[in-house]
Amino acid sequence: MSDDIRTLTSRLAEEPGSLAFLELAEALRRRGQLEAAVKVARGGLSRYPGLADAHDLMAHILSDQGDLAGAFDAWADALRLDPMRTGALKGIAFLYFRAGDSTAAIDHLQRAAEADPDDESIAQALARVRRESRARAQRTSAPEAVVEEVSVAEPDTVFEPHPIAVEEPPAHPVEPSSPFADLDNGDALLLVDANGLRLAGTLTAADGAESGDRVAAHLAGVSREAARAARLLGLGTWQSITIESPDAHFVLVPPTGETILLATRETSLPMARVVLVADRAARVARQWLERVQ
Amino acid sequence: MTDTQLALDRVTRVSGVRGALIASAGDGLVVAEQLMDGVDGRAAAALAGSLVGRLVRTAEGAGRRPPAFVQLRAERGSILAAPCPHDLVLIAVVGPDANVGLARLEMLDAASRLN
Repeated sequence: MSDDIRTLTSRLAEEPGSLAFLELAEALRRRGQLEAAVKVARGGLSRYPGLADAHDLMAHILSDQGDLAGAFDAWADALRLDPMRTGALKGIAFLYFRAGDSTAAIDHLQRAAEADPDDESIAQALARVRRESRARAQRTSAPEAVVEEVSVAEPDTVFEPHPIAVEEPPAHPVEPSSPFADLDNGDALLLVDANGLRLAGTLTAADGAESGDRVAAHLAGVSREAARAARLLGLGTWQSITIESPDAHFVLVPPTGETILLATRETSLPMARVVLVADRAARVARQWLERVQ
Repeated sequence: MTDTQLALDRVTRVSGVRGALIASAGDGLVVAEQLMDGVDGRAAAALAGSLVGRLVRTAEGAGRRPPAFVQLRAERGSILAAPCPHDLVLIAVVGPDANVGLARLEMLDAASRLN
């Protein structure tokens, strides 16, 4: 055991209620002792569930372990507690980039840049993601260039928490007939036109019945009404509507000016996460609409 | 101070809240209001009341219970709404830097006390 870890362990043993667990877990992570780091971080989180730093740290550790879903959840928790937390925004951007969703990665990096305009690493990461995004688009249109471009890609160190590996575009492009097929819980997403007609997706009611068409009809005009309310009250363009029911969370977002997307989840999923789900589904819906129109 | 005034007072004390009002959900008429200059209470009541009504029907259409809280987020702020008993709705207009989490808690608590 190294001196610093011994010292931090002693400090935490003397003051189990202190924040020393943050330093100790980070020291263990840096040394690659990931199992021990997880245990220390979990112990800290049980005492400080509202501490964004602890969720951020847990996300780093899980990411190092290769548990990317767990890392995403932990960074989302950090963002729920601190929406402008640049470390979590960068972390989620990294995960989106790995998943081949450059648009979402850029969105999160731009939010990070707004939160901390002086952080040069964010600007560098943004430039890197935009460059890689363009390269991916070129590879998609010219497959023969893939091998050469991948081989000349340089390791990157600016996009913390991890370097970005150059990856292929998603292996399973969304089918035109089922835009949400590749998304988790794609059966709780509904894309509706301005007249209340279902364009895509399904929705199952609490009793198990299909309720997509009925809900779509109620959503007719909601986008126009939301736009009018936001404009008349001087709030600019509307971005989302979150609806908390005692037994469900709903999020509405406008993929385009003429459509509205509804994402719904059980209340066990924090609303901020449902917003992330809806944002991602809206991007998928936009791409799908471009293809089918 | 009446219950409605107390409710509005608690909500408008939250940082970033530009105003709050209580309106009739059915017809959008203002029952009580505490608004900063420049916030159109009648427009907020009518538009938010109508929108909340649609969202209540949407939730019911999905076989779920009516919403307890709604947030319309826009570029430069949000409209928050908490349906109350007696077909009323508590509405707040907040700026982009508002403490929405605290405003939400105050509104939910205030809405539950408006009997």
